[in-house]
Amino acid sequence: MAEKITGAEAMMRALEHEGVETLFGYPGGAIMPTYDALYDHKKTLNHVLVRHEQGAVHAAQGYARVSGKVGCAIVTSGPGATNTVTGVADAMMDSTPMVVICGQVGVAMLGTDAFQEVDVVGVTQPISKWSYQIRRAEDVAWAVSRAFYIAKSGRPGPVVLDFAKNAQTGMVEYEPASVGFIRSYNPYPEIKKAAVVEAAKMINDSVKPFALLGQGVELGGASDEVKELLEKAQIPFGTTFLGLSDMPSDHPLNMGILGMHGNLGPNVMTNQCDLLIAIGMRFDDRVTGNLATYAKQAKVIHFDIDASEFNKNVKIDLAIHGDCKASIPAVTELVSEAKHDAWIASFKPYAEKEYNKVINKAINPTKGPLLMGEVVRKVSEAANNEAIMVTDVGQNQLFACRYFKFTKPRSVVTSGGIGTMGFGLPAAIGATFGAPDRTVCVFCGDGGFQMTIQELGTIMEQGAPVKIILLNNNFLGNVRQWQEMFFHRRYSFTPMDNPDYELIAKGYRIPVKTVVERADLDAAIKEMLATPGPFLLQCAIKEEDNVLPMTPPGANVDEMLLE
Amino acid sequence: MEQDNGNKLYTFLIYSENIAGLLSQISAVFTRRQVNIETLNVCASSTPGVHKYTVTAFCDEEMAKMLTKQMEKKIDVLKANYFTDDQIFINETCLFKLSTPVMLENPQVCSIVRLYGARIVEVNPTYATVEKTGMTGDILSLFNALNVIGCVLQFVRSGRIAITKSKIEHLDEYLAEREKSRQEME
Repeated sequence: MAEKITGAEAMMRALEHEGVETLFGYPGGAIMPTYDALYDHKKTLNHVLVRHEQGAVHAAQGYARVSGKVGCAIVTSGPGATNTVTGVADAMMDSTPMVVICGQVGVAMLGTDAFQEVDVVGVTQPISKWSYQIRRAEDVAWAVSRAFYIAKSGRPGPVVLDFAKNAQTGMVEYEPASVGFIRSYNPYPEIKKAAVVEAAKMINDSVKPFALLGQGVELGGASDEVKELLEKAQIPFGTTFLGLSDMPSDHPLNMGILGMHGNLGPNVMTNQCDLLIAIGMRFDDRVTGNLATYAKQAKVIHFDIDASEFNKNVKIDLAIHGDCKASIPAVTELVSEAKHDAWIASFKPYAEKEYNKVINKAINPTKGPLLMGEVVRKVSEAANNEAIMVTDVGQNQLFACRYFKFTKPRSVVTSGGIGTMGFGLPAAIGATFGAPDRTVCVFCGDGGFQMTIQELGTIMEQGAPVKIILLNNNFLGNVRQWQEMFFHRRYSFTPMDNPDYELIAKGYRIPVKTVVERADLDAAIKEMLATPGPFLLQCAIKEEDNVLPMTPPGANVDEMLLE
Repeated sequence: MEQDNGNKLYTFLIYSENIAGLLSQISAVFTRRQVNIETLNVCASSTPGVHKYTVTAFCDEEMAKMLTKQMEKKIDVLKANYFTDDQIFINETCLFKLSTPVMLENPQVCSIVRLYGARIVEVNPTYATVEKTGMTGDILSLFNALNVIGCVLQFVRSGRIAITKSKIEHLDEYLAEREKSRQEME
């Protein structure tokens, strides 16, 4: 007979059984028995104390995105749990595998409005992949194993475990559980042979095929498989923001970024191709613009592991339901080698036009204040285009995604779906733990940086080597841009009076440098990358600059404004 | 049944594991897509451990398809399908509490009850209880006929329950298929 241990101790052993090495968390009343158990597992479970629970979930997301493992956050009940809600919703929308464990009052007190009691399962059910209340110590092993299985399998997502206090203190004969099958949940559906044959035929018949790559390619670990298909049939492709590191930026078939602030060529050509091949992407409105005119001339094949994505936004001609790691090679086998030189060459004038009208001005300015684009490109190149790019949300994110370059997979950490300001800094902390051998650069604006600025404390305590590039324009820049373009320049609450960020960094004992003059930028970036540990590089950015090109909200995908 | 905007009444049959919290997850799928639930019935199904939800709602077929896929995406939902009235056997039941004094003054009440094939369950000097099983239209028609007389003290109509006319049992097939994959994994 197994020895009797507490539910809290069982939780520690179950986490170890799942291979968890790093936890991001914050203790509090209802999770104290678990933190007490954690005290004996410090050697195997590295707990990173954040400064706010939102920081814990975003750090877990950053960790998961760069490592491919399940991120794990642990917080207390009530406000501890509700502070994780934004991160849970973010992970759901961006398909990030994460398990959040939160304390809960004992079952005898549930529903009595007890101190720090919140109906966490009720709150998180609509925004999580699975949400479950552990009410008995006996259920810990099963619930944890099921949670990790659900979080990482199929289309990944966040799972919330609401851990009642009596289940933490109750005694149980612990036996590790390994859930690998759930009757009502089939994460890897069998790929239909007929659909594969039909897809290959559609690709072979196509004269102007165009592929759209999303994060699903990376989540499926299918970059090589997709590359093989695209190269064999010479299919040009564009990527979503989250799919940016699916393929090297400089791949000859890579036509650039899709969507509202993407590149001109791929957006225009979406409405000129005869076949659209969407792989692991979900036709977000920021990618499609006006659905009524989106790729109406083209046939559409959609590869996705989540059946509910088919025909959700864009009407498709063929669905291939399943893991793209398996479905893509099956199609590749049946696809004939092809050349589409003229079609591929037809993207070029658009790329040249965009370069001359937008890109060159953004990355090679010679006078005036610093621009976000040039800073991003210089940081990327100084790190050999091998760094992990983390972004906050807003203009910093759009410029970073446009001008950072990628050569390695799992190099993008950005809040794409729900667009969470304040995501960047804690996500970057998580990324340094998820990929300790890589350089992690986070681009923040002065708005988002202050939303989770308390995490500088975590960076200080951990010595986390986060390279923070603060693109300070004294504005909530993206909202200001929309106000300029669509609200008659009525700058309603977008100018910001900023604190002295150098003093703040010094308060946290983080090396800091401010760059105002263009001539000083290269040296400062070099210093940032050469300095071991964290670094804050503040850049004084042109106050009123716009991210271009832009498809205005609701406009047709091929109607991009260049100026 | 069809509405002015072309929306049809669809009957959704949803099967789930018997785990707490599924009802709110299922209803949330309808709420999020702005589809109102007309009727809802939840009960244990003929398969042990499996719950059956019978939901009716007005929407178009594309929406019905999307709703079933989004319900099936919930981890503990086994199967969700939608049907039009011709694909299923439907029943509803209703109960009336009628005023006995008003009934005695209006002898046509009894003939109406007989005409509609309703059943008088209980009579006492104060009220009579009447029960009817049938389609929504018949039940509402009976209600209207009785209500004009002014004898109805209480009226309640159940949600729709339905079984499919199909010769294939989709849930059984699904469960068998899943059981096969489970055995293959072991």
